Amino acid sequence: MNNVSVSVRDLSLSFGAVTVLDTLNLDIQNGEFLVLLGASGCGKSTLLNCIAGLLDVTDGQIFIKDRNVTWEEPKDRGIGMVFQSYALYPQMTVERNLSFGLRVAKLPAAEIDKRVARAAEILQIQPLLKRKPSELSGGQRQRVAIGRALVRDVDVFLFDEPLSNLDAKLRSELRVEIKRLHQSLNNTMIYVTHDQIEALTLADRIAVMKSGVIQQLADPMTIYNFPENLFVAGFIGSPSMNFFRGEIKDRGGRKVIEVNGVDFGMEAYPARGPLETGRKVVLGVRPEHVKVDENVPGQEVHDAIVDIEEPMGADNLLWLKHAGQTMSVRIAGARRYAPGTALKISFDMSMASVFDAATENRI
Amino acid sequence: MADTIPLKGQAAHGASRLAPGPQGRKPRPMFSSRNIMIYGALIFAAAYYLLPLYVMIVTSLKGMPEIRLGNIFSPPVEITFEPWVKAWATACTGLNCDGLSRGFWNSVRITIPSTIMSIAIASINGYALANWRFKGADLFFTILIVGAFIPYQVMIYPIVIVLREMGLYGSLTGLIIVHTIFGMPILTLLFRNYFSSLPEELFKAARIDGAGFWTIYFKIMLPMSLPIFVVAMILQITGIWNDFLFGVVFTRPEYYPMTVQLNNIVNSVQGVKEYNVNMAATILTGAVPLIVYFVSGRLFVRGIAAGAVKG
Ligand SMILES: Nc1ncnc2c1ncn2[C@@H]1O[C@H](COP(=O)(O)OP(=O)(O)O)[C@@H](O)[C@H]1O
Ligand SMILES: [Mg+2]
Repeated sequence: MNNVSVSVRDLSLSFGAVTVLDTLNLDIQNGEFLVLLGASGCGKSTLLNCIAGLLDVTDGQIFIKDRNVTWEEPKDRGIGMVFQSYALYPQMTVERNLSFGLRVAKLPAAEIDKRVARAAEILQIQPLLKRKPSELSGGQRQRVAIGRALVRDVDVFLFDEPLSNLDAKLRSELRVEIKRLHQSLNNTMIYVTHDQIEALTLADRIAVMKSGVIQQLADPMTIYNFPENLFVAGFIGSPSMNFFRGEIKDRGGRKVIEVNGVDFGMEAYPARGPLETGRKVVLGVRPEHVKVDENVPGQEVHDAIVDIEEPMGADNLLWLKHAGQTMSVRIAGARRYAPGTALKISFDMSMASVFDAATENRI
Repeated sequence: MADTIPLKGQAAHGASRLAPGPQGRKPRPMFSSRNIMIYGALIFAAAYYLLPLYVMIVTSLKGMPEIRLGNIFSPPVEITFEPWVKAWATACTGLNCDGLSRGFWNSVRITIPSTIMSIAIASINGYALANWRFKGADLFFTILIVGAFIPYQVMIYPIVIVLREMGLYGSLTGLIIVHTIFGMPILTLLFRNYFSSLPEELFKAARIDGAGFWTIYFKIMLPMSLPIFVVAMILQITGIWNDFLFGVVFTRPEYYPMTVQLNNIVNSVQGVKEYNVNMAATILTGAVPLIVYFVSGRLFVRGIAAGAVKG
């Protein structure tokens, strides 16, 4: 228990008749980088605002550092927050933006100067201190916004889609910087995003959310390779995982999934329980777990036709026609196939995911 | 090098690649029938509205003998400022003969506190409604808006009674309170909508920074809201200055605002109608809203430009 930084217990939140969060539970460890990942409108910001104290919870409790803060004001919760729109005070210089909270708290001037100088140094915004927010670029503004959380000297950082307003190049730059910041400060960070790349690259653990419910909470590799249900499997990964609807069949003691008359042997699949014959399932395979013109030992080899080729530099993405549907395959960028080419493919079933067609849960 | 395309402005290799024929901006004739139509209509409309003002100004600068000649459009032969002086200082309004000056100062003493009070209260109302979403906020707002649609005339008599019971009937204070209250619905709506349009995340950031209700209002919201305060100021100053009904109903003659005095001068029945004095008095009364428009119109534009710091 001592190692838990933020603990959300049975949290519910409704706006009038609309329930956005329903008895949600989440424990975040000290120093952990937790990413809340989900599509727009699933309740990520709402959860973050509850933790911040910007929204009154309808039910449940929130603990920060073992202290029940459910009814505390935001400023007393030991949190700093960074917003998507930067939310810098437009009429104040960068320096005064950084020091605003400290001045409100009536800290001694020397202490304020010290903290502002330290934050400015960490974020390398010293040359900007005398400027107004309108004279800064988007990346610089977000740095200042992070600085405003930094000077508060808090245990927990909350980020609400901090990079979503930036262009692609700045986004990846600042992403690295946030990661570096976390490594050097080592405080707890809760980071909301709808961008799976941000989630996968930054997180110690990812909580994938849908309609206010956490679908899976695990480290990025587990989320990516062993999605708990069909939603998580489809949400993570670009291009998306290939899905095949089929049925488990017994071929002389050998379990296979039959998809449109094509068999996929299941010996290599790390199943959680018995695979009953006749069960309707969804087979999911990521594009990079399909071998092209080289066979996976013990696995069937199937025929496929190249439909479209999308060279992406390091990788080459092939869209194939196979088992009566279109699927994507990722191969090395140097291997080129013209559309219409016939080739052999073989699935790496040890990395595949199989879901029950009815419950949509992993089996 | 030979096959690079010459860039505009670079005399690359001398020869131009432009073919003969149309190039650059399309020429438009100055006196096309379209232009004549547009400018003609605009000039006509402008003249239509400016003509009365012209007549007023020239008449106010003429002596009575010249006015009796009847040429209202002719410029004054002999310019005199006598009517202006008389309108301001000595024209008679029923009981006393000290011109519009008394009404002017009454109006100033009514307009300034009413404007400041109504804007101060309405901006805090609007801020609370937009950002703090307290319990019953929607109901409160609905009641306030309904208030905006009730005709003034319905409320006059009840207000007279209320003011009388408070011992404020006939005083400047009473009239100031009435103006403040009547400005409330529209100004609150104005401020609420403006504060709602500011990014909500700014408000959230300020709360995380530990700022409370008043700190956020004074340190965050006010500095970002100059344009809307100027708009509210224009609305209130012109509205209250031009008010006639409340002024005549709720005050005594010695406190009559300028508009009421103007009416009394223009409509006084004794003696000859001094058109030049009436014109001067009218222009004097209208001058304050006009000046407010001219001065704060520029401030307004500057305010918008300064406030336009987008996320
Ligand atoms: N103030 C509010 N009033 C009513 N509904 C709201 C309010 N804020 C958010 N919601 C609803 O709650 C849901 C979750 O919103 P939000 O947490 O902002 O989603 P996300 O951040 O994941 O995109 C959305 O369906 C949204 O419409
Ligand atoms: Mg959000």
